[in-house]
Amino acid sequence: MKYQAKNMFLGVAFFSVLLAGCASTDTDSSGQEGADTVSTYTESADANASAYDAQDMMNLETVFHFEFDQATLTAKARKALDAQIVRLKKTTGPVRLEGHADERGTREYNIALGERRANAVADYMAINGIPRYRIESVSYGEERPVAFGQSESTYSQNRRVELK
Amino acid sequence: MFKQIVTVLALVLAGNFAMADLTIEINKGKDDPVPIAIVPFGWQPGVAVAEDVASIIEMDLHRSGQFAPLSRGDMLGRPRNASEVYYRDWKSLGVDYVVVGSLTQDGPNALTANYELLDVNTQRVILTGTESVSVDKPRYLAHTVSDKIYEKLTNIRGAFRTQLLYVSAVREGGNRTRFRLLKSDIDGANESVLFDSREPIMAPTWAPDGKTIAYVSFETSRPAIYTQNLLTGVRKQLTSFRGLNSSPVFSPDGTQMAMVLSKDGSPDIYVMDLASGSLQQVTNHFAIDTEPAWMPDGKSLIFTSDRGGKPQIYKVQLGSGAVDRMTFIGDYNARARVLPDGLGLVLVHRNSGNFHIAVQDLKRNRVEILTTTNLDESPSVAPNASMLLYATQYDGKGVLAAVSIDGGVKYRLPSRFGDVREPAWSPFLQ
Repeated sequence: MKYQAKNMFLGVAFFSVLLAGCASTDTDSSGQEGADTVSTYTESADANASAYDAQDMMNLETVFHFEFDQATLTAKARKALDAQIVRLKKTTGPVRLEGHADERGTREYNIALGERRANAVADYMAINGIPRYRIESVSYGEERPVAFGQSESTYSQNRRVELK
Repeated sequence: MFKQIVTVLALVLAGNFAMADLTIEINKGKDDPVPIAIVPFGWQPGVAVAEDVASIIEMDLHRSGQFAPLSRGDMLGRPRNASEVYYRDWKSLGVDYVVVGSLTQDGPNALTANYELLDVNTQRVILTGTESVSVDKPRYLAHTVSDKIYEKLTNIRGAFRTQLLYVSAVREGGNRTRFRLLKSDIDGANESVLFDSREPIMAPTWAPDGKTIAYVSFETSRPAIYTQNLLTGVRKQLTSFRGLNSSPVFSPDGTQMAMVLSKDGSPDIYVMDLASGSLQQVTNHFAIDTEPAWMPDGKSLIFTSDRGGKPQIYKVQLGSGAVDRMTFIGDYNARARVLPDGLGLVLVHRNSGNFHIAVQDLKRNRVEILTTTNLDESPSVAPNASMLLYATQYDGKGVLAAVSIDGGVKYRLPSRFGDVREPAWSPFLQ
C-alpha cells in the first residue's frame, strides 16, 4: 500500500499493470493516456469547470476492469466510478463508454459481452444521477485490445470499459 | 500420416495492394492419398503464359489432401497427349492417374488448354477436356481443369475456382491499427483490398450469387452493416441503429439478411427484407442472442444464445418463432454454420478451456472435434462441403487454416503481414 500517493499516478499506472491479477491496490490505474483523455474531455466540458476538472481527471480512473465472462461491476470499479460520477455531475457534455472483451470466445459473442459491460457502467451512472441522454455505449468486443499475448494478465487488461 | 510443406507463391499483380499475403503450408494429409502425376503442359511455339498451369493444378489437388502428386524430378518423360504416354513407365513409379495437356493461344483473347486424364491401371483415357479463358487468367484456367479432374476422380464438385474474404489487422505505430477487408482466390493468389480503415472491420459474408458482400465497419466510430457490390465497388450502409449492428448473413435466396441489433436493449436476431428495408424481430430475450446462420431451406435460423447461462446453439422457426436448443455437449458452443446439406453444424466448441472447431451431426447429435489448436474460431464451409476454413493463432499471430470435414486434411494459410481472421468461403462462382 505504499503506492497510494496521488502524485505517483504514473508509477501506479505502470506497477498496476505488472501487478494485475496478483495484488490489489486501492489506487489501481490502468496505463491509459491521461493526456489524451484530458484534452478530449475538456472540449466538451463547461468552460468554468474545465481547468479544475482537467486536473481532477488526471487523478481519476477512466478504465474499469471486469472478471472473465462477467459484466458485473467489481467493488474497485464501483469506487472509481463513484469518483467519476461526482465529476460528471459538474458537467453537461456527452459521456461515451467503450466496452471491450478479451480474445477468448467468438468475436460476435465478445462484442455482445463488451456491450453488456458498457451498459453495466451506463446503468450504474444513470442510477447515480447522470442523465441517460448523456450516455452512449459502444462495444468493440475483442477488436481493440490494449495488451497483446495470451496470459491472464493480458486478458484482464483487455476486459474493460473505457470512459471517453 | 505424412508431413509436407508446399509454398504457393501468390500471383503478384501490378497495383498498390499486391501484398501476396497468404502462403499455404500443408501440415497434415489424408493417410492414403491417390498418387497422380500432372505432367507439365506443352506450349504452342511463341505462346508465353505467365503461369505454370500444371503446377497450379498439382497444388490444387495436393491441397485437397486427397491426392499425392508425383514430383516432376521423378517423371521419366513429359508426354503432352495420350498418344505419347508409356503406361509402363508411370506404373513403375506407382502412379494411378496421369494428367497431360497443352496450351494454345487463339487470338489475343483466348488461352486454351486441351487435357486428358489417364487411368494407369486400365491404360485408358477417362476424361478429355478443352477449356478456354481470356489470356490474362491462366490461374483460372488451371483451377477449372483442377475442378474437372477432382470431380471425375471423387464424384464431388470441385471448389478450386472459389474465393475467400478475410480481415487483416496490422498494428502500426502507437495505438494505431490498420484494418483491411481482403478478397483472394481460395489458394491465396490474386489478393485485393476491398476496404481499408483505421477502425475495426468485422464479419465479412457473401451473398449467395457471389456478387455482393456484407460486413460490419466501425468507420463512423459506431458499428454499422454495409453491403458492397464486387463488380461496381458501390457501398451501401444498411443499418446504423443505436447499439450493436453485427453478424450480417444473407438468406439462401439472397432477398433477406439476418443480423444482430441491440437497439431495444439486449442483442436479438432480426431479419431485414433487402428490397424494402423492413425489419422483422426474430428473437426477443434479455440474454445475448447473436451469430445467426440460415438453414438451407431459408425457413429457420440457428443462433448462439447464453439464455441457458452459457453460450449454446438454438434454432428458431421464422414462421412460428418457436425456439429449440440444438447443442448439449460442452459448456461453450458458438458461431455455428450449417453444412450445405443441412445435416450438420460446424461450430466453435470449448473443450478443457480450449476453443476448437467441431462438427455436429444433426441426425445422431454426435460432436467431433476437428482441430487441436487453441483459440480456433469463425468456421466457414466450402460450397462443396469438403473442407472448412477457420481462424486460429500460430506463432503469436492470427492465421487462417483449413481442415477437411472428416478432420483428415489440414493446412494453414499464414499471413506474412499482421493478423488475419474471419475467413468467409465464397459460394460456387461459375
